[in-house]
Amino acid sequence: MTAPIKSQRLAARFSALKEQQRAALVTFVTAGDPDPDNSQRILDGLPAAGADIIELGMPFSDPMADGPAIQAASLRALQGGMTLRRTLDMVRQFRKKDTETPIILMGYYNPIYIYGVEVFLKDALAAGADGLIIVDLPPEEDPELAIPALSAGMDFIHLATPTSDDKRLEDILRHASGFLYYVSIAGITGTQSAQTADVEQALSRIRRQTNLPLAVGFGIKTPADVASFAHFSDAVVVGSALINVITENLDSQGNPRPCLVEKLHEFVAQLATGVHKSSSVTSSG
Amino acid sequence: MADHNIAGSNSLRNAPTEEGHFGIFGGRFVAETLMPLILELEQAYNNAKNDPAFQTEFAYLLDKYVGRPSTLYYAERLTEHLGGAKIYFKREELNHTGAHKINNCIGQILLARRMGKKRIIAETGAGQHGVATATVCARFGLKCVVYMGAKDIERQKPNVFRMKLLGADVVPVTAGSASLKDAMNEAMRDWVANVHDTFYIIGTAAGPHPYPEMVRDFQCVIGDEIRTQIMDAEGRLPDSLVACIGGGSNAIGTFHPFLDEEQIDIYAVEAAGKGLDTQEHAASIAGGKPGVLHGNRTYLLMDDDGQINEAHSISAGLDYPGLGPEHAWLHSIGRVNYVSATDQEALDAFQLCTKLEGIIPALECAHALAYISKIAGTKPKDHLMVMTLSGRGDKDIFTVADALGTDL
Repeated sequence: MTAPIKSQRLAARFSALKEQQRAALVTFVTAGDPDPDNSQRILDGLPAAGADIIELGMPFSDPMADGPAIQAASLRALQGGMTLRRTLDMVRQFRKKDTETPIILMGYYNPIYIYGVEVFLKDALAAGADGLIIVDLPPEEDPELAIPALSAGMDFIHLATPTSDDKRLEDILRHASGFLYYVSIAGITGTQSAQTADVEQALSRIRRQTNLPLAVGFGIKTPADVASFAHFSDAVVVGSALINVITENLDSQGNPRPCLVEKLHEFVAQLATGVHKSSSVTSSG
Repeated sequence: MADHNIAGSNSLRNAPTEEGHFGIFGGRFVAETLMPLILELEQAYNNAKNDPAFQTEFAYLLDKYVGRPSTLYYAERLTEHLGGAKIYFKREELNHTGAHKINNCIGQILLARRMGKKRIIAETGAGQHGVATATVCARFGLKCVVYMGAKDIERQKPNVFRMKLLGADVVPVTAGSASLKDAMNEAMRDWVANVHDTFYIIGTAAGPHPYPEMVRDFQCVIGDEIRTQIMDAEGRLPDSLVACIGGGSNAIGTFHPFLDEEQIDIYAVEAAGKGLDTQEHAASIAGGKPGVLHGNRTYLLMDDDGQINEAHSISAGLDYPGLGPEHAWLHSIGRVNYVSATDQEALDAFQLCTKLEGIIPALECAHALAYISKIAGTKPKDHLMVMTLSGRGDKDIFTVADALGTDL
């Protein structure tokens, strides 16, 4: 078999948005949440609702970097029978209708390690995934997956945090590709929110060391939040707030109400006004 | 603390590497937010290790506060009963707070103070590590938060109360299986949100580098004392060593000083719960495979998709789906024998030890006792077997009463 060719979707999307002088809206949902069918409908409708880039969570039993919302989403997905293989099936299904919106798979290392790194990379690329964010793989562990991913043609997105100083940024950027994900708070997903001024300052410091697009995530919940971060970043990530919409639209038995998917897409459309209102200061430009 | 620098280049005591690897095991699989802190901790630990002032203070507190050395006791009636090997107990249950856990907590709180940290967090299963952590926090006037699975809070009420008396906040964890692994997840979430002032005292020889090495070093006082005490008592080294293993801190502390003495047989006893042929056990070597969780690569109980399974053991302290990476490595190279004992075997051994020796052991080390009960009779009478009795069983009397159908 020939090696899959590196996906250009992420680069193409960032370059198109640069033309439009705006930041990307990145939406996170967990594969299989609240159940496999609704999850596929959610995923398939995200681009039309206004998502520029999709982060698809690979559910894990022990999501140590995530707050209660995403923990609960992972649990719902796993209880509904979601596996890493089925997550890739969802991507494959999505690609039948959308060949342009980049999909980044986000999660923890163990399920990939158990799947087998090489075969996972091959299968994920073939399914149509464009990049990986693996929370528990810091640059010290780049040989595990980041370096094999880059050789296979898959972007490996590294995380920088408020605790990453200039020296660490060098280590983080060494094998960074696709974009750099700035975690705006020292904490877990869906909890406190960062001060925009602090994040703006951090991003301008990071821009001195890289030309990669810079995304901001953690604690971003509303269209207004999106607009304020979109002013000085290249992408704004919303996750837990979307999961909360799912949670709010489950009945007392935990079953999805009929309007759940539409409500979620409506919320994404509202968030998208946040990136359309603002004009971004682009990175390398 | 042992001098770990004297080992030769072929020594099994040189691991881990600078990156924290024991063979393929170990490593630093944590969120980026924690990495600078982990590196700072490693630096601080390396400095402390080589600082005579730190070693002096550590030794002083072990002596005067913990009450070390713990005794090496010839279990005469158990030896007679089993009719084979001469059995010695390393009496870690005589330590202040009633278990080996305090050794590590003294070391880590001294380190936390050197690093200027004001707030201590910990996870606990049986509550022994939580009590030891709350104890050292009281002693040094630091704020203490202990994460504990809601299920464990229910079955370890006396220890929960002790922690509260000592001034700790005990936070119930209801996520996942509401036991030790989930408490550890929650402690890591707290840590990542409070990196600037918080020190995480991990209770076992697991987690991201440098924890497995550091906890082992603090616990090696157990094996180092055994060496001196058995030489005094018998004029020679033991023929075998036995310890129970959950995460594996009392086991590695017992074994590590003897790893290079290849003539010594070493046994680590995992919790086989309701049996290895059921899903309800905590034997990660016997029933698991290598994976990545809680900052390290090690043997873990999981399904085919890499989702971590719940562990089960009658002993809350062994109820964890993994074990320390050094144990994973010692298993892979065949130096240590990883064996197991069921809930029932542990209960039987618990009663046997209580009746014959007048010592109520913790359910954790009752697993080691159960294994001894199986093998001691097959050994000659001049075989010296040392078992670490890692904790006292007072905390377990409610669980045991329940299992025996006794209404207290």
